Amino acid sequence: MLVSVLNGFAIGFLLFILAVGLSLVFGMMDVLNLAHGALFLGGAYLGAAFAGSWGGFLAALAVAAVAGLALGGLLSLMTEPLRNRSHLDQALLTLGVAFVAAEGLIIVFGDDPLSVPAPPGLDGSVTVLGATYPTYRLVLIGVGAVLALVVHVVVERTRIGALVRATVADREMVAALGVDNRLVKVVVFGVGSLLATTAGVLGGPIYGARPGLDATVLILALVVVVIGGLGSVRGALLGALIIGQVDTLGRLLLPELASFVLFAALALVLVLRPQGILGGVGARAR
Amino acid sequence: MTAVETRTPAPDAPAEPSGLRRGLPRIIAVVVLVVLAAAPLFLAPFATTTLTRIVVFALFAVSLDLLVGVTGLPSLGHAAYFGAGAYAAGWVSINVTAEAPVPLLVGAATGAVAAALTGWITVRTGGVFFLMLTLAIGETVQQLANTWEDATGGANGLTGVPSVRIGGEPLVNAGLLYWYVLAVGVLGFVLVWLVARSPWGAALRGIRDNEPRMRAVGYPTAVYKYAVFVLAGSVAGVAGSLLAAQQRLVTPADLSFLTSSFALLAVVIGGAGSLWGACLGAAVVVLVRETLGASLDGHGPLVLGLVFVLVVYLLPRGAAGLRRPRREPGRSP
Repeated sequence: MLVSVLNGFAIGFLLFILAVGLSLVFGMMDVLNLAHGALFLGGAYLGAAFAGSWGGFLAALAVAAVAGLALGGLLSLMTEPLRNRSHLDQALLTLGVAFVAAEGLIIVFGDDPLSVPAPPGLDGSVTVLGATYPTYRLVLIGVGAVLALVVHVVVERTRIGALVRATVADREMVAALGVDNRLVKVVVFGVGSLLATTAGVLGGPIYGARPGLDATVLILALVVVVIGGLGSVRGALLGALIIGQVDTLGRLLLPELASFVLFAALALVLVLRPQGILGGVGARAR
Repeated sequence: MTAVETRTPAPDAPAEPSGLRRGLPRIIAVVVLVVLAAAPLFLAPFATTTLTRIVVFALFAVSLDLLVGVTGLPSLGHAAYFGAGAYAAGWVSINVTAEAPVPLLVGAATGAVAAALTGWITVRTGGVFFLMLTLAIGETVQQLANTWEDATGGANGLTGVPSVRIGGEPLVNAGLLYWYVLAVGVLGFVLVWLVARSPWGAALRGIRDNEPRMRAVGYPTAVYKYAVFVLAGSVAGVAGSLLAAQQRLVTPADLSFLTSSFALLAVVIGGAGSLWGACLGAAVVVLVRETLGASLDGHGPLVLGLVFVLVVYLLPRGAAGLRRPRREPGRSP
């Protein structure tokens, strides 16, 4: 039971890192980025390619961060001509990119699942309140919590964050005040993608790296942002922690129906509060 | 009420119903049907099988077009109903009977029930939430197919589906099977086409173009959307039963996200809202997947991903029915 709760936290924080980028990009720019899962998978494969030592792990993190930033910027520019088109067009574009990226990864890394060892020193387990638990997951909870705090502080307490939140609430008004929307979009898209690839590296030791993982994590991230409310950092955190717990508990208690438990949670939230638990005016369904 | 319904034209209803009444398209339709019906007489068995796949996929794409193009509900998880119909038809063929109408009816009923169970929640939402929810439902159903091994065979799929029988005679010949699939496919297409040009279809196009106004005029838009969602699921289930008859095998890949997106691609290539276009798009998708997929060592999705990107940039009118920005009910939720 304790192990399950801890697992829930580890996966919850990982999902938060993944989902917050998706949520902000959608909340701000109305772009549903279906390539987000492919970015995560790219990070996971990078982690697998460099795995085995601390140097390799950190190098994977650094490469993933730079690549995520660049790819996010690229995606932002690619969606720019579609800014006045429907959500479906934007979703189709990012879906096409996701297919190309996922197939490219399979061509490079092969289609066998790769397992990713945790960095040396973290690959053992420790005893927590009488239960043995993998060290890496504990560290992941800590790292995830710190990252969540950093994202929260940046978005809620800094000038840049204020700009981001203002753009979520009313894009046209921010543009009227003389801020170049496109620049804000490129930066947010880039940082969101950076977080996705980083989550991929961090999640490698838990999920491994395999074809199809991109769709799995994309669904989880979408469920998180729908539950938490689009465009809200706190909503993404709350949604991620809830889904982390629901998913691990579901897998423990009803392994055959785990995905239905997830869907039931989603349905419940949508019936009771369609805009998400913490979804505000700026993040309503469009 | 009926008078109002028939007199409510959607602001820019696609021209296909009125266009078809003017001679030429009708002649083309007859010629296409005759050519399709005669195809097995001059095609090699392999080509006939490919054509069978195209017809199956076209019926699936048409059912999706009813949602995406006519009603403006962009679904990313429609393969769930297609696959549910295929599994149910396959299961019935193995365990009960493969006698002709039974697998079809079971497929249709399963598609409709699956759509009814999930639709009540999806049609409450619109736009991007609908995309996300249908995606999540599709993935959920695929995981069910993967884990519920007793009924679905798990990751290996449902193997050993017997040939469809008509009057006790199994359709093992590729040409006979093709005629069976074509007959059902044409019936399904006509059903969807009749719905799209009925007053109900006009109301659906009205919902696509301006749902708040339709609601204000007095249409119960949620009921309309729910009904069309169930109908589309049912037609997809019929297409699924054809798939089971053609492949004699149903795998979790048949209800995957990839299958959903291929169908969406077919709809978008053909131009959402024109049911004929969805059939042409389905033919393009199947041919690309079969011819290029083999030469690319199974990396068909790579090509289709590129096609997606190109279509979005180069054929914006392909998605004409969806580009109209839909007004929001109001700021407060």
